[in-house]
Amino acid sequence: MRAFEYASPTTKEQAVALLNNQWGETEVLAGGMDLLSLMKDDVTRPGRVINIKEIKELHGLQYSPSTGLRIGALVTLQELLENETVRKEYPSLAQAAEGVTSPQIRDLGTVGGDLCQRPRCWYFRGGFGLLAQDSSGKSLVLEGENKYHAILGNSGPAYFVNPSSLAPALIALGAKIRLFGPKGARDVAAGQFFVTPKTNQEREYALKTNEIVTELLVPPTGGARNATYEVRQKEALDWPLAAAAVSLKMSGKNVTSARIVLGHVAPVPWPVPDAEKFLAGKTVSEQVAQDTGGAAVTGAKRLSQNGYKVQLARVAVKRAILRAAEGGA
Amino acid sequence: MRINGTRQNLSVEPRVTLLDALRNYLDYTGAKKVCDRATCGSCTVILGGKMVYSCSVLAIEAQGKDITTVEGLSTNGKLAPIQAAFVENDAQQCGFCTPGFVVACKAFLDKHPSPTLADVEKGLGGNLCRCGTYAGVRQAVLAAANTMRGGQKNG
Repeated sequence: MRAFEYASPTTKEQAVALLNNQWGETEVLAGGMDLLSLMKDDVTRPGRVINIKEIKELHGLQYSPSTGLRIGALVTLQELLENETVRKEYPSLAQAAEGVTSPQIRDLGTVGGDLCQRPRCWYFRGGFGLLAQDSSGKSLVLEGENKYHAILGNSGPAYFVNPSSLAPALIALGAKIRLFGPKGARDVAAGQFFVTPKTNQEREYALKTNEIVTELLVPPTGGARNATYEVRQKEALDWPLAAAAVSLKMSGKNVTSARIVLGHVAPVPWPVPDAEKFLAGKTVSEQVAQDTGGAAVTGAKRLSQNGYKVQLARVAVKRAILRAAEGGA
Repeated sequence: MRINGTRQNLSVEPRVTLLDALRNYLDYTGAKKVCDRATCGSCTVILGGKMVYSCSVLAIEAQGKDITTVEGLSTNGKLAPIQAAFVENDAQQCGFCTPGFVVACKAFLDKHPSPTLADVEKGLGGNLCRCGTYAGVRQAVLAAANTMRGGQKNG
């Protein structure tokens, strides 16, 4: 790892004053589960690393039935998973955190870090840039090893998949992400937090270079049943191959309205409004869940090696719907 | 830092990881450097009661904290129950992942004194073994849990 200047501020005002206006010149250290690996691989070479863990107000999790759940950005995945209110009211979040199958990562990894972790694309990690291009600007993904790349939102130039475990559930639950910068706080809908970059210099989230994530605000579910289902290659630590989070407003077995968001299939978490409309007004059954899965992937475009992910995404939607209808909040 | 109950003073650059500090500066070579990317678990230590990948924590972040490494598990030359269970259940082959696995098992047992096999499988998802000794490791954890509850060994 290259040498860097280390700062450990105790307030968010101090933290943002230490950031500057160039991506990569400073990096924010929370759990460190991704950042230190990126630095060892020279994917990012910050001159300054800002440890935000000493900022007390970024810790802690509160719930009120009227305003919902407030999750400090530094809450660990394990704290989220073990919280009784989260398990009862927002099982989709607990299930997503549980999907991070390494206890070591859950013990240190934070919810803010889950959102801000960089893509797992092996070209990106290997130093070919976020868009994975050769020196002439041609994509290495299309004719290369693309079995883990995007099947949706993949018209280019970005082909990586968003790596966040929590994002699909947060979007399905209508959460907001609170950011803090020199001009104060601003809230961004979870669905607007992730963006598809057009150049290697951009980042894949809506943070400005001098802002940090301070908290996640999840509204009350209003009785909506919610669930996450991840399809994985193995039980031990790995990112899912496809995931779906759903939040269903139900009257008996009848779905009155649905939010369905796919994960790990596109450069951003991928809401599927056509599938939501298809499911609304129907009674949940195995067949209806399966057909909703079909509706969710109608726009999918296979690359040379990742066609199997279309079926996995379809199955993730089906099982998330059945899981939500069975249990859920 | 307080390592296995002993206070250790150290001055290193911010870029030095806890793993490198332990191995290269303090001669605690039990934790192994394998992937060095928060994936394989061979560097697992217990930091402030949590099981962590020491490769992905900066030494400076561990300042003033309590750390348990594999060297700290045995007492007066007597193996801890989980270590003895590893021996009895043939839970290692080449041995490279073993120190990290043993520490992860210890941290797991501290939180789950009466685990089922499914709990064990889930609770050790952060450690990899290329020799594939998982079956032995799982048996070792169940046996150690039994010993620690006062039951018969291998019961």
